[in-house]
Amino acid sequence: MAEQEKKRIKLPETDEGTVLFNVPFPTDLKDLKGMAPIIIKQPYHIDYIHSYGQDSPFFAGLANGKLLGTRCGPCKYTYGTPRLHCMYCGGECDWVELPKEGAVHTFTVCQYGSEEFLKETPFVLILVEWPGVDTLFLARLMGVDPAKPSLDWVGMKVRAQFKRLSKFKPTDVYFVPA
Amino acid sequence: MRPVYLVSGGVSKFAKARPDVTFQPMVKEAYDYALKDLGLEFRKAAELVDGTVASYFSDHFMRQLKAGSMVQDYLGLTPKPSKRIEAGGATGGVAFQSGWEAVASGRYDICVVYGWETMSHVNTWKGNEFIALASDVSFDYPVGGFYSGYYAMMVVRHMQEFGTSVEQMALVSVKNHNNAFHNPYAQKRMKIRIEDVRASEMVAWPLTMLDICVMSDGAAVTILASEDGLNKLEKATGHRPKPAKVAGVGGGIDAMRMADRPHGEVILLPHEKAEDYRGLKYPGVHSFRAGRMASKTAYQMAGITNPLEELDFIELHDAYTSSEIQTYEDMGLCRYGEGGKFVEAGKPFMPNLEYGYRFPEQGKIPVNPSGGLIACGHPVGATGLMQAVFALWQLQGSIGKHFGSNQLQVKNARRGAIHSHAGTGTYVVVSILEKGF
Ligand SMILES: [Zn+2]
Repeated sequence: MAEQEKKRIKLPETDEGTVLFNVPFPTDLKDLKGMAPIIIKQPYHIDYIHSYGQDSPFFAGLANGKLLGTRCGPCKYTYGTPRLHCMYCGGECDWVELPKEGAVHTFTVCQYGSEEFLKETPFVLILVEWPGVDTLFLARLMGVDPAKPSLDWVGMKVRAQFKRLSKFKPTDVYFVPA
Repeated sequence: MRPVYLVSGGVSKFAKARPDVTFQPMVKEAYDYALKDLGLEFRKAAELVDGTVASYFSDHFMRQLKAGSMVQDYLGLTPKPSKRIEAGGATGGVAFQSGWEAVASGRYDICVVYGWETMSHVNTWKGNEFIALASDVSFDYPVGGFYSGYYAMMVVRHMQEFGTSVEQMALVSVKNHNNAFHNPYAQKRMKIRIEDVRASEMVAWPLTMLDICVMSDGAAVTILASEDGLNKLEKATGHRPKPAKVAGVGGGIDAMRMADRPHGEVILLPHEKAEDYRGLKYPGVHSFRAGRMASKTAYQMAGITNPLEELDFIELHDAYTSSEIQTYEDMGLCRYGEGGKFVEAGKPFMPNLEYGYRFPEQGKIPVNPSGGLIACGHPVGATGLMQAVFALWQLQGSIGKHFGSNQLQVKNARRGAIHSHAGTGTYVVVSILEKGF
């Protein structure tokens, strides 16, 4: 077996500790400096009340099978990921529906991820581009083999699909090969 | 603005975890080292220091707010003034420049900038989650927030646009790990080859474990002074410090959401021409516009017109092998698109070290002689300050003294750059340091 593979063999580490109510204590206080550190678990859980604010229509769009971007009123710059105010002229943007079909601008396959998404690995992330739309859109790509990533995926035509039961998250839309 | 000097520094050995201490004594290790190297006694320092900057990134990692004050009292620097800087991965670099501002403006004669991060308090994947919260939590994070994935998408576009290869990226890892073999402060000291990088576990295609820096616990401290400050230190210690002069500072910002980055025209450096980039849509997601902006402004201030010829070494933010290649280009060491070839030619390697490969132009400008983030580790708030300390030691010619070996000393180093970078290039700073004695 190759060294690299041998190193991968290990019992999974978990964060579960052991309940411990006391530790040994030396009679001579000088010995305390040689003591191993006491490491405890401090749980921390928060529910945020997160408002999508001015971006809310985007998520309402997803729930209704529409992918929305914005277009600047004064300068017509078109955002593939919506923003209410234009980065270039400061003008206010209007909502526009983006085409269902776009192309892969770039991608990756995540074999690992943040803890929240670890159970979903491997997953494919893409930035989607559309002709005439000035900026991109981050999404998941389904329907490709994550074991066989290739630069050929760049430029692939992809089509938006929507979750039937909306979670009001940007993943309510995902893409598949068109 | 007054001239500002970097007079001393210290670094704790970066480690995967430091359960033996809380963050305060870890910072004190670096602070005590900086004082000792200067020959300045603890109580005298407390008297002379006018104020401090505290550099740490994440309150999430610590679950301890106002941690800066807790370090300040541990270092005996209460009741002197302080402020905290947070700028994602670039926190250390921005804090360093904040210290520079405090001295340049005349507010402080002597300023201590201390930084640290303790990333071991959560597991690696929870840590990645915290870091990913430094992306838009409405549009980006929920899709699969993961910084390695973001950088992977950026380099895929670089590969597509310019033909950059995974072997070229792996060479950065070979260089930085092999350099760090001679750096006792580094977390990972190993001699590796291209095959090892490619055979290590895939994290986010095409980036493997050895293309990516690791999380660390660590601290670093720098002491900055004006000319009056130098005089005070000379009086207190009985000898003139051997400082580096901060010759230039620059910074830049780009849109947090990668998707929002424009596809426009290259911001040119003095040695470049618009014709060099006909047809290139910039920065897109293949390049860091903030890195170019930071370089341009820092070079301008330092009077640098051709960085490849006018810098002797660079310590840059190689959180990923790919971002080191992209940064060669942002910093104008080669043209946009030529970063892969730049490393392949051996230019950013140390001239004197054996890497197991033959390069036509080895050692043109050593980049990350210390081993960079990839091998030294990346305790975020300490990282940019670590670079400043290593750069100071290069300019003093004192690498041998501090590393216990001269292998990583850049010969006759007179001018170097440090580069700190955050969040897919949202926040980048460059500082130019010159031999100041
Ligand atoms: Zn506009």
